[in-house]
Amino acid sequence: MTLRGWAGDLAMGVRFAFAGGREGWTRAVLTAVGVGLGVALLLLTTAIPSALSARNQRGTDRDDFTYSTKAMPKADDTLVIAGTDTTFRGTDVRGRLVEPEGTKAPLPPGVGTFPGKGEMVVSPALRKLLDSGSGRMLRDRIPYRVVGTIGQAGLIGPAELAYYAGATGLENHLASGSVERIDYFGPSKQHTPDKLDPILLLLVMIIFVVLLLPVGVFIAAAVRFGGERRDRRLAALRLVGADGRMARRIAGGEALAGALLGLVLGTVFFLAGRQLAAVLVVRDISVFPSDLNPSPALVALVVVAVPAAAVLVTLFALRGVVIEPLGVVRTARPPRRRLWWRLLLPLAGLALLYPMIGQGDRNGNFNEWMVIGGTVLLLVGVTALLPWVVEAVVSRLDAGSVSWQLAIRRLQLSSGSAARMVNGIAVAVAGAIALQMLFAGVEHDYTKDTTNDLSRAQMQVYVRGDVPLDEAARQFAATKGVQRASAISQGSLGDRAKEADTSMEVAAGTCAELREVARLSSCRDGDVFVVKGSNYDAKARELTTAGRTLYFDPAYTGSTHHTVAWKVSPGIKAAAEREDPTGYARGGLLFTPAALPAGAMAGLVQQVYVSLKPSVPDADDHVRNTAARLDPLADVNTMAASRTSLQFRSIRTGLFVGATCVLMLIGASLLVSQLEQLRERKKLLSSLVAFGTRRRTLSLSVLWQTAVPIGLGLALASVVGLTLGAVLLRMTGETVTVDWTSVLSMTAIGAGVVLAVTVLSLPPLLRLMRPEGLRTE
Amino acid sequence: MTPAGSLLIADDLHKAYGPTVALDGAEFSIHPGEVVAVMGPSGSGKSTLLHCLAGIVPPDSGSIVYNGREMATMSDAERSALRRSEFGFVFQFGQLVPELTCVENVALPLRLNGTSRKEAERTALTWMERLEVDDLRGKRPGEVSGGQGQRVAVARALVTSPRVLFADEPTGALDSLNGERVMDLLTDAARSTNAAVVLVTHEARVAAYSDREIVVRDGKSRDMERVV
Amino acid sequence: MSIGHTLLGLLESGPRHGYDLKRTFDEKFGHDRPLHYGQVYSTMSRLLKNGLVEVDGIEAGGGPERKRYAITDAGVTDVERWLATPEAPEPYLQSTLYTKVVLALLTHRNAADILDTQRAEHLRMMRILTDRKRRGDLADQLICDHALFHLEADLRWLELTAARLDRLAEVVAR
Repeated sequence: MTLRGWAGDLAMGVRFAFAGGREGWTRAVLTAVGVGLGVALLLLTTAIPSALSARNQRGTDRDDFTYSTKAMPKADDTLVIAGTDTTFRGTDVRGRLVEPEGTKAPLPPGVGTFPGKGEMVVSPALRKLLDSGSGRMLRDRIPYRVVGTIGQAGLIGPAELAYYAGATGLENHLASGSVERIDYFGPSKQHTPDKLDPILLLLVMIIFVVLLLPVGVFIAAAVRFGGERRDRRLAALRLVGADGRMARRIAGGEALAGALLGLVLGTVFFLAGRQLAAVLVVRDISVFPSDLNPSPALVALVVVAVPAAAVLVTLFALRGVVIEPLGVVRTARPPRRRLWWRLLLPLAGLALLYPMIGQGDRNGNFNEWMVIGGTVLLLVGVTALLPWVVEAVVSRLDAGSVSWQLAIRRLQLSSGSAARMVNGIAVAVAGAIALQMLFAGVEHDYTKDTTNDLSRAQMQVYVRGDVPLDEAARQFAATKGVQRASAISQGSLGDRAKEADTSMEVAAGTCAELREVARLSSCRDGDVFVVKGSNYDAKARELTTAGRTLYFDPAYTGSTHHTVAWKVSPGIKAAAEREDPTGYARGGLLFTPAALPAGAMAGLVQQVYVSLKPSVPDADDHVRNTAARLDPLADVNTMAASRTSLQFRSIRTGLFVGATCVLMLIGASLLVSQLEQLRERKKLLSSLVAFGTRRRTLSLSVLWQTAVPIGLGLALASVVGLTLGAVLLRMTGETVTVDWTSVLSMTAIGAGVVLAVTVLSLPPLLRLMRPEGLRTE
Repeated sequence: MTPAGSLLIADDLHKAYGPTVALDGAEFSIHPGEVVAVMGPSGSGKSTLLHCLAGIVPPDSGSIVYNGREMATMSDAERSALRRSEFGFVFQFGQLVPELTCVENVALPLRLNGTSRKEAERTALTWMERLEVDDLRGKRPGEVSGGQGQRVAVARALVTSPRVLFADEPTGALDSLNGERVMDLLTDAARSTNAAVVLVTHEARVAAYSDREIVVRDGKSRDMERVV
Repeated sequence: MSIGHTLLGLLESGPRHGYDLKRTFDEKFGHDRPLHYGQVYSTMSRLLKNGLVEVDGIEAGGGPERKRYAITDAGVTDVERWLATPEAPEPYLQSTLYTKVVLALLTHRNAADILDTQRAEHLRMMRILTDRKRRGDLADQLICDHALFHLEADLRWLELTAARLDRLAEVVAR
C-alpha cells in the first residue's frame, strides 16, 4: 500500500465522518468533545509548570528582603518597607507599609505611585473584598483610603489579596525585624533558589504520570464513541466495493476527523478554561490566564500524538473484527483473553522500578526515565489486566434478580467495552492510591510537630514596646471571642550599651504573667527574678553580680537607637523554669513592672498569648483587628500543632486539583458512553416498559452494569496502587505502611463517580423508557 | 356488537403528540376470546390506539375501562402491574433483549412478576414447545431467524397467560409464510386460553385472522360490523 | 378453466372410465363446484369428435359413464400445447366497483360508505378463506391463498381509492 493510498483512504474517512448526515455529525461531535476535553486537560497540565514558574518569578520580583546584617544608610533611592501580612477568614493578605526616603525610591512591581500616609493601593481582589459587606472587619484592620490598584506584575495570582500602604516613621522600627530599608525590589543577591529535593521531584514525576495517563486512556475511549453505528457504515462501504483494509483505514480516517475536531475544541476549551482560571481559587491558589502557556514543544507533541493515537487505537480496536459487505462480524466467540502478556506489562514496570529501591535514602538521584517508565508500565498494566479480570469474573457470575440478570448478561456479551469504560477510573485510582501512600509515608519528613500547647493559648501576638505593658493585655482580654490574654514583654540585656559581648534574655510582666513563663515561689511588684536551671545559668551568674550596670536592648552595628541602663540590685530572687504556651522554657532575668527602669519598656517587645472561645465565630479576626489597632506592625501567629513544609503542601494541593479534574472528566466520558448505549436501546427499553417492567428494575440494571466493572476495576486498582505505593515507599527508604484511609477514600471517590454517572443517566433513561420510543418513525 | 360483556372498552379517545393529532374520538371494545383487527393506513393512529388501550400511553381525554375499572384512575405503577400480569405484547421488532437467551427472554415477564427463575424458565419452555421454538432455548436472539424470533416473542407474550394480547404489526418484518405461521400459532394459542387479541395491522391477510375488524382513519375508528 | 383440457390431462396417466374421471377431477380441482355427469359426457363426446380421445372399452350396462376413454397422440399434443400457452393476464379494466363509486360521486351519495361496505365484505370472505385454509390440506391452502391474494389486491385498491376520494370527486365533477 502506498502512502498516497493511505492518505486517500484516511481523507475519505474524514469526509465520511462529516458527511454521514445528522448521525455522522453527532458521532463526530461526540468524539470531538471527548477528545477535546482530554486535549484541554493535557494542555492545561502542560501549562501548569510554566504558570507556576511565572508565578514564582513575580513572587521573587517583588522580594523585599536584604538578607544583610549590615544596615543600609538612608539615601535618595531608599525605601523603608514593613511587612504587615495578615490573615482574614483563613485567607492570607499580603500587606506592606512603605515609606520612600527620596525621589528615587524604588516602586514595588505593579504600583504606579507611592500611596501617601493613610492611603493604600490594593489588589483588585482585595478591593472587591473591602467593598463587600463581608470585608467590613478587614476594613477596620487596614483603615487606609484606597487610592489605586496593584497591577498584574505585582501579584502572583488574580485572587491574591495584597496592599501597599503609605506610612511615616518606619525608620524607628528598623531593628524590629519586620522592617527593612531597601533600594530595589527583587531577589536578594545572597538568595539561592531552593532546589527540589529528590523525593519531592519523585512525587512531582509520579503526579504527572498519574494525571496524564488516565487522560490518555480517556482519549483512547473517546475515539471509539458510537462504534456500533460506524460498523453499519463500514459494511455499506464494503458493499460498494471497498476492500477490508480500505474499510479499516476509512474507519481510521473517521477517528482522525474526530480527533482533529477534538484538537480544535480542546484549544477552545483550554482557552475558555484559562479564562476560568482567573475566577477559580483552589486552596488559595489562583492563576492569571496569561500565565497558562503550555511550552511549544509539548503543544507540538499533543498536536501530533493525539490524532496519531486516534488512528492507531481505531485500527487496534478493529483487529478481530471482520467487516463484511452485509455487516460487521465480531468473531462470533472472541478468543478468550490470554493472561500472560497482560501480566508482562506490570511485571516489566516493577522490574524497572526495582533498581531504584532505597535511592531516596542515600540522598541519591532517581533515574527519571526508569521511574516514569516503570510507573507508566505498571499503571498501563491495569488497563491490560482489567478486560481479562472483568471477563473472567463476569463469565462466572450467574443471574439472580431480573435487573442483575439483564446487567450480567450484557456484560458477558461485551465485557471488553465495559472494561474500556472503567479503565480510566481504574488507572486514576491506582495512581492516586500509590501517591497517597507515598504522601502518607513521607509526610512526617516534611511536617514538623511544634511544641505549642494549644490548651493554654491558640494565638500569639507580638506588639512593640511603646504600647503600655498592661494596656495590650487588657485590650486583648476585652476583645470579642477572647477567653484569656496574658502578656509578657521580652528583650535582651547586655553588658555594654553598644556591641555587647554578653547578653541574656529578659522578660517583664505582672506576677501572674510571669508565672506563665516561670515558677515563682513568691512574688510582689518590685521583685526581680533570675531563672535557674536554664542554658543561661552561667551568663546569668556572670552578669548579675550586684552593682554591675547592664543595658536593656543593646545596640549593634548600624543601629542607632537608645538603650536604657540598669544597675544590678541585690536581692534578686530565684525562679524555676516553666515552658510558655509555645513550649519554650526561658532563662535570664524576669522583672515585675515596678522593678523596670524608666524607658526600658520601649526596647521590649510585648508578646501576648491569647486563648479563644471556640464558640465565637471570627474570634481570631477580632484579635487581629485589636493587634492592628495597637500596632500596625504587630505580628500575629495562629498556633498550630504541626507545620507542614510549604513546598510539600503545594504539591499535595496540585494532586488534589488534578485528581478531581481527571475523575470528573472520566465521569463525563462514562456518562457519554452510557447515554449513547441507552439511546441505541431506545426501542428495546420502551418495549420492556410496555410489557410492564418496573422502571426501578431497569434503573438498577443500569447501575449494576456500571457498578460491576467499576467494582472490579477498583479492586484491581487497589492491588496495583498498593503495590506501586509500596515500591515507591521502598524507593524513598520509608517503611511500608498501608494507608487504609486513603485506599478507602480513593475507592469511595471512584464509587461516587459511578453513582453520580448512574444518577445523571437516570433522567435520560426515564425519558427513553417513555412509550414514544415504540412509535415507528 | 354491544359493549356489554366486553373486557376492554374505550370511548371517545383523544390523543395528540404536539401538533400531530393521533386519536380524535376513537372507540373500541373487545370481548374475552375475541380477535379484533385494528386496520388503517400508516399514520392513522392505529398504534396510538393500541398504546392507549394497553395503558402504555395515557390518552388526553376519553375513557378506557378494563374489566370494569377505569384506567385513568390507576397509578402508573398499577398500570405497569396490569401490563405485567394481565396483558401480553408482541411488537414488530426490537423487543427481545439481545443479551438474554431465548428462554430467558420468554421467562422475563414471569420473573418480573416475582416467579423464581427455575419455575419461570420451566413455564417458558412449555410455551416455547407450543410455538415450536423450544430447540432455540439456549440461543440468543441475534442467532435465530426473524420468524423464529417472532415466535419467541409470541411465547413471551403468552407466558403469563394474559387476558388481552396486544400485537402491533406482529408479522411486519416477516415474509408471508413465516407471517402466516406466526399468526396461526398466535391465534390458536390465544383462543385456547380465551385471551382477547388486539391485532394492529395494515395487511388484510393478517387481519383475516380476526373475528372482526375496526378501521382507524384520521384518528377516528369505525367498527366494520356496524357498517355491514 | 378449460374442463376439456383438464380431463384430457387426467387421461394421460392411463385410460379411465367417465365416473372415474369425474371423481378424480372433483377431488383435485372441483372444490367449490363438482362436475355434473352431463358435463363430463358432453365434454368427452366433443373430444371424441375431435379425435383427441378414443373409446377404449365399454362396460356392460351402457351409458356414457360406463365408457372407458383413452387419450390419442393428437390429444397428448393438444394438452402439451395448452400447458405451454400462457394464460392471458386478467386486465381487470372493467370494474363494477369503480362504476359504483363514480356514480355515487356524480349523484352526491356517500362513496366512502360504498367502499367501506365492500371492504367489510371482502374481509368477511378473506376470513372464511383463511379459516378454510387453516383446516385444509396443502391443496386447500394453495387455492385459498390464490383467492386471498386477489382479494387482498382488491382491498388495497379499496384503501387507495378511499384515500383518493376527494381528488376523484374533483375530477368527476369537472
